[in-house]
Amino acid sequence: MGMTMTQKILAAHTGLDYVRAGQLIEANLDLVLGNDVTAPVAIKEMDKFHKKQIFDKDKIALVPDHFTPNKDIKSAENCKCMREFAMDNDITNYFEIGEMGIEHALLPEKGLVVAGDVVIGADSHTCTYGALGAFSTGVGSTDMAAGMATGQAWFRVPSALRFILTGKPSKWVSGKDIILHIIGMIGVDGARYQSMEFVGDGIANLTMDDRFTIANMAIEAGAKNGIFPVDEITINYMKEHSTKPYAIYEADKDAEYEKTYEIDLSKIKPTVAFPHLPENTHTIDNIGDIGIDQVVIGSCTNGRLDDLRMAAKVLEGRKVAKGIRAIIFPATQKIYLQALEEGLISTFIKAGAVVSTPTCGPCLGGHMGVLAAGERAVSTTNRNFVGRMGHVDSEVYLASPAVAAASAVTGKISGPEELGL
Amino acid sequence: MKASGLVHRYGDNVDTDVIIPARYLNTSDPKELAEKCMVDIDPDFVNKVKPGDIMVAGKNFGCGSSREHAPIAIKASGISCVIAETFARIFYRNSINIGLPIIECKEASDDIEAGDKVEVDFDSGVIYNLTQDKRYQGQAFPEFMQRIIKAEGLINYNNSR
Repeated sequence: MGMTMTQKILAAHTGLDYVRAGQLIEANLDLVLGNDVTAPVAIKEMDKFHKKQIFDKDKIALVPDHFTPNKDIKSAENCKCMREFAMDNDITNYFEIGEMGIEHALLPEKGLVVAGDVVIGADSHTCTYGALGAFSTGVGSTDMAAGMATGQAWFRVPSALRFILTGKPSKWVSGKDIILHIIGMIGVDGARYQSMEFVGDGIANLTMDDRFTIANMAIEAGAKNGIFPVDEITINYMKEHSTKPYAIYEADKDAEYEKTYEIDLSKIKPTVAFPHLPENTHTIDNIGDIGIDQVVIGSCTNGRLDDLRMAAKVLEGRKVAKGIRAIIFPATQKIYLQALEEGLISTFIKAGAVVSTPTCGPCLGGHMGVLAAGERAVSTTNRNFVGRMGHVDSEVYLASPAVAAASAVTGKISGPEELGL
Repeated sequence: MKASGLVHRYGDNVDTDVIIPARYLNTSDPKELAEKCMVDIDPDFVNKVKPGDIMVAGKNFGCGSSREHAPIAIKASGISCVIAETFARIFYRNSINIGLPIIECKEASDDIEAGDKVEVDFDSGVIYNLTQDKRYQGQAFPEFMQRIIKAEGLINYNNSR
């Protein structure tokens, strides 16, 4: 029996020739990540360790991105705790707000993750780096603490689902529509404890930003990780962003998959997930009239340059509808600057949108766009749970940047086609 | 190791945002977190819960965010065990790592009602519903995970190695 791509990476990091699904292993880590919500808990746990030294100051990344710039005094204390820990331990990859970004956009951009790596992060969307052909998965703060101290984490080797992607997505269809389509198909626990392995010649038609979005939301199907094979597009991205050596793993021909799905990308339509689960998907032609109050474009899911370009194409020369609040937040300082230089930010501001510094704030109802009772948002973020963006009686509709931007113009959930685009 | 108490009952896909909403994540103090536990789906939970009580839910309990604040809030609220048909994976490992006993059992999840008195034996995985006088066989933890739970978490486990 052969191994999946994920199993091969895990075996290589455990010093074993072979691992099988269900096996409990302790793997060596290439990177351990935490943010201003999860790292302070981990730092407190570290104190209980007999061994208080970190395993490698270059292999820990600390990013204050959730409630930053500090939204209140308690958040400021959390950031201070993380900052002091980073300074005391001489952590190389601590990013203060002026050089930061939302962690899962920032780490690949800084070249800290490459193909073949094993990464844990105390944030569920750590699975994003599977886009680069790495094994990466979200864990809690105690795992993060143990990872920082020992450089290892325990895993149950996952079984896998295979998604064969073929064809080319149509004009306004992006990675977000593809992953929402898949979650709608398999459900929010459809890949629970498993790997989602994406293969097929359709992948060549997906940009790195599309792949980051797809891998990012693997957790929304309950998956342990989502992973893409390494191709020319991946290699070019890594060459541009990183000097770290990378390793390319491929699934064995006789690897075992619990299920295989074939997905023709050319048939996918813009897709929206209705409250209160990402699996409640509807295609744009089946939406009806749903008025909205707020549009959010950004996050670790959709705050990259492709996403902003897509939104700008829709908003160029148009206006956000009267009474609608449109909030756009580039995912990193670098993306923000690129968007500024390309004129995207100017397009957004002229359209009447607010542009924010990178932060996770609005996505999880933290700050910078919290919803009141009865309010409704179209958001390019990743979760639409009860109370996710604010009041328990508010609603979140998940969509692509193109749909979110078009909705900002019409004041109701709309695709770009409705604007004649 | 055993747990015993009255049941608080929930449905499928209970996510970590409702277990402890993000607006309360500016603290990691277990007591403060416990005061807001389940507030968005069961505002009365914090008033009803008694030390030793048991939480029972359906599929995919704890889905969503990796916030360890979720199992910390549940444990600090006095809950001695969570029984569900299935758990989301990050919640599952977080619970083990902080020493909150959890157990997967479809029959128990289907059967047990709010207010039932239930006993759980972690070594055997047997769940006994005293109110309905029924027994269910839950999945006992692999030995490795039992060692972590008995050490009351991953840190103590690592310290003892």
